[in-house]
Amino acid sequence: MNNIEINRPLRWFAALTAVATFFLLAAGGLVTSNEAGMSVPDWPNSYGYNMFLFPPSKWIGGIFYEHTHRLWASGVGLMTTILAVWLWWKDSRKWMKWLGVAAFLLVVAQGVLGGLRVVLNMDNLGAVHGVVGQSFFVLMCAIALFTTEFWRKMTTEGKLNIPASLRVLVLTATALMFFQLILGATMRAQHAGLSINTFPSAYGKLWPDTSAAAITQYNAHRMDITNENPITAFQVILQMIHRIVALTIFGVVVLCAVQAWRKLGKSDVLTKFALFWLGLIVIQIGLGAATILTNKAADVATVHLLGGALSLVTGALWCIIAFARSAERPATQTESFGAFGTLAANK
Amino acid sequence: MKVFSFAFLIGVLAATSISHAADITGTITLIGTPPAEVPITPIMSDATCGPLYQETPTTHFYVVGPKGEFGDVVVSLKDANGNAIAGKSTGANAAPAVLDQKGCLYTPQILAIQTGQKLIVKNSDPCVHNVHIISQAGNAEHNDVQMPNGPDLQYTFDKPEMFLKFQCDVHKWMYAWVSLFNNPYFAISGQDGKFVIKDVPPGKYTIVADHRKLGEEKQSVEVADKDVTVNFTFHVK
Repeated sequence: MNNIEINRPLRWFAALTAVATFFLLAAGGLVTSNEAGMSVPDWPNSYGYNMFLFPPSKWIGGIFYEHTHRLWASGVGLMTTILAVWLWWKDSRKWMKWLGVAAFLLVVAQGVLGGLRVVLNMDNLGAVHGVVGQSFFVLMCAIALFTTEFWRKMTTEGKLNIPASLRVLVLTATALMFFQLILGATMRAQHAGLSINTFPSAYGKLWPDTSAAAITQYNAHRMDITNENPITAFQVILQMIHRIVALTIFGVVVLCAVQAWRKLGKSDVLTKFALFWLGLIVIQIGLGAATILTNKAADVATVHLLGGALSLVTGALWCIIAFARSAERPATQTESFGAFGTLAANK
Repeated sequence: MKVFSFAFLIGVLAATSISHAADITGTITLIGTPPAEVPITPIMSDATCGPLYQETPTTHFYVVGPKGEFGDVVVSLKDANGNAIAGKSTGANAAPAVLDQKGCLYTPQILAIQTGQKLIVKNSDPCVHNVHIISQAGNAEHNDVQMPNGPDLQYTFDKPEMFLKFQCDVHKWMYAWVSLFNNPYFAISGQDGKFVIKDVPPGKYTIVADHRKLGEEKQSVEVADKDVTVNFTFHVK
């Protein structure tokens, strides 16, 4: 019998922190989509003011996006700190205490990364900041999941083996999504607008011409008002890989949904989860197309980013649940994680 | 007396040398119809910048006259082999160049100066701008705040670079491109498409015309003691 006791307010606070992190991703996405990452040149101050005392009358143009992102990030940092302390104090599971500590350390590292991106003026750090941000979101959602009644029930019920082939398939799709996230973050950090501005074709072709003459012609016809850099062949190829990976993810997630339906039955929670995931991927591909067709409108590009984050977290949680359900259930007071190992509940 | 004679000789030699320098003049023409310029719509919804305009301003990627006269093309000289002419900068003694932020736009958008030459950046607007300079060639990067009516900012750059990017992150449509040369032999074509590179020493050169959107065109040119004309034609499909 499992003896996990989860504090109800703690459960809600963990969920609230995950939701706040989601909105933080939105705020961060708007910063990059509006090319506003460097609009507040100093850090941790804002135009010489203490960040929290920076007058709202000065939150103009790009400053609004960057400054509100910093404020919201500070709020999430505070919430994560409270959550870590709360978990350490109230959660009976030792590994959850350390997961809270890990979340605290990650949010601090993420804040410093964001600051260094500004102070060192490094676009590449912006890409790392984006990837770490979404990884942090996955961690916060996982923590929220581990505090739910669903998780408690699941880990106290008997073992329900999820076929290894299905688990590997979902793990593959999730890994592909993480790779896709890295690609997307790299593309955004180029600050070059759309390297291919047509969809579904790529400059009228299945695979675009990337010769120097062709790149010159593409640049000649790009008339964005934003501070775009000229595109390069590398950036064109990067977007093509992003498109191909998107289609591959779609194919793998279709397989996941079909396999889950066949092997777990249509009423199983993981089958419903897989169908939800497939729906997300379809919407996400639509958002990718919309990003191109709207010439990377800031709000559309940001929603595309959020769609990616939700898709990634759905895959990650599916994996966690599947591996936990497949884990052996020792009769002792332990909570097992299958492939993640068996950890004592440690009450 | 000997000293006077020597000084006179030096003067004559210098004058002779100057008289051998010639100008390279020319006209840049654009063949084809460029894409339509884009209205900078966000400028009108900006609380400070919007009231500065009656009509929505547009981008100026292609400055083209009725007969294809092509402006804002950077024309410069390289040696006969196409290598940069290095070590000839007179920038330290040249008059400062000025880049203004006016009407929430950079003016001019295309500028060329020498390495070591002072560049003064003004803010003539009633709002804050940040002058964010992003180099691809190893020049120092800057991101400096400039308050309305704040003091001018001054910069010098030590490495040659084509189209060094200046942008304002507060107003995402604001940008300028400053090209840097290690010599004084460059010009920017005017709205009439014409350019003049003055006082070019005799010799064989490669003359290069660069447009931010259409890339580079080049030709060989030989300068003797008379002015030379070199015309360029860009094509847009």
